[in-house]
Amino acid sequence: MIEEVLATARYNPKVDPSLGIWTWEIAFYLFLGGMAAGIMLFAAWAVLARKQETLTFAHDRFALWAPIVLSLGMTTLFLDLEYKLHVFRFYTSFEPTSPMSWGAWVLVLIYPLMIVQILSTLRAGYPALAGLLERIPGGRALIDLCERRRRLVAWLVIPLAVGLGIYTGVLLSAFSARPFWNSGALGPLFLVSGMSTAAVLPILAGVKSQERHFFEITDMGLIFVELVLISVFLIGLATGARQHMQGLELITGGPYTQPFWLWFVLPGLLVPILFEVVGLRGRRAFGVVAALLVVYGGFMLRYLMVEIGQVSTWSEYAIQFDPQLFQRLLQ
Amino acid sequence: MTTYAMVIDTRTCIGCGDCVVACKNENKVPAGLNRDWVVEATRGEYPDLEMEFRSERCNHCGHATCVTSCPTGASHYWKDTNIVLVAAEKCTGCKACIAACPYDARLIMHPDGYVDKCTFCHHRVDRGLDPACVSTCPTHCMHFGILDDRDSVVSRLLRERRYKALMPETGNEPHVYYLL
Repeated sequence: MIEEVLATARYNPKVDPSLGIWTWEIAFYLFLGGMAAGIMLFAAWAVLARKQETLTFAHDRFALWAPIVLSLGMTTLFLDLEYKLHVFRFYTSFEPTSPMSWGAWVLVLIYPLMIVQILSTLRAGYPALAGLLERIPGGRALIDLCERRRRLVAWLVIPLAVGLGIYTGVLLSAFSARPFWNSGALGPLFLVSGMSTAAVLPILAGVKSQERHFFEITDMGLIFVELVLISVFLIGLATGARQHMQGLELITGGPYTQPFWLWFVLPGLLVPILFEVVGLRGRRAFGVVAALLVVYGGFMLRYLMVEIGQVSTWSEYAIQFDPQLFQRLLQ
Repeated sequence: MTTYAMVIDTRTCIGCGDCVVACKNENKVPAGLNRDWVVEATRGEYPDLEMEFRSERCNHCGHATCVTSCPTGASHYWKDTNIVLVAAEKCTGCKACIAACPYDARLIMHPDGYVDKCTFCHHRVDRGLDPACVSTCPTHCMHFGILDDRDSVVSRLLRERRYKALMPETGNEPHVYYLL
């Protein structure tokens, strides 16, 4: 038996008794970052596959959603910073070993590309907005250029959007100090989950039946891949070192068993795939409920991953110090 | 690169916590926050028990994952040594370094919000002095010096005594050693 007790008063906020540095803000950012990547991918694919007749929404209108969704995520990321005035410091250096630094700089490429992607289908998707832009000097020429290069833009979007989606997972998996996160499966898992949450947005937006049918079928496939990747992730933990196995125990009998299986896997993956099958047989309400559950599941995946990863650790001390005593001293 | 090390004799440490108080005084660490702490580790089954006290802090790792994970370069090595510091003026408080530290040795310096940690009292080391915790230790169980120097106290102790570092399996190359 080994018992290791902190004998002096260490109770650093957000570090003790277990790490709690990141909460809903980071989970929301990872969720929306993945969703934005998915939106960009579907919009680009619709252009490359020349689906302007059958997937009208994805081809002409979907791309505009991406910067809105990503900017919402960036807002919550900003809210998480402890020293908000120093946010500009992300852009005063590039640190090649830091995934977060890569992410900050990739966004510099992503945003202009998002705008170009929107402009390439703006006239067809949002004619009123295109009309406004054409009144600005050079606006018409810019839209013309983007339209002419529509396919090139779509080709450029694919690798950057895949990078963005994978990055949201790598951001966590790069931390070897947190065994639960330290899995190569997390990047692909977050990418596929992001695509899945993006695929249900047209269904919620009320697109026509042919396009809705396409996205329901696509989402079923994505959820299936997600289930496979979650299995790979769990196998990786089960066959890992002691710390990884302890991480797995958190969701197989430990305190996060119920949240992971009952609050995420069941309502966020299994029920939606079942409802989508029913929805495809003509019961549209089931399809809409499934879409809402997919969005919920996408967020829960990030929220639980962020939380469980912080609990999984290399060092575990029992904490003797009662922080309430300290508060009494301050009174 | 100069490698500084701290060597702590668990046979003479009595867990008094003076190192913790010295650090707080020297570095003006705000109330409620700690850069170092003492662990009481008990092993065995009653009545065959064995106990050790360990004064713990940042391990000033040779391969510091907090430095490699920092997106702004705020976490850095001081003057071509293994002493890991945080430049408050570059820190955004993103907390990536806190997640990256397997020893949970970092803290958020409230109310400002930048990340803080043990500095091995580099301002004292710069003047040829030992860190405050080492200077204060009433049982002289703590030693500090340059590991690359064969004649330093820390090198000699590590040559002559059995020792351990905390979780070297993380690959971080910790430089706080505990004599057994």
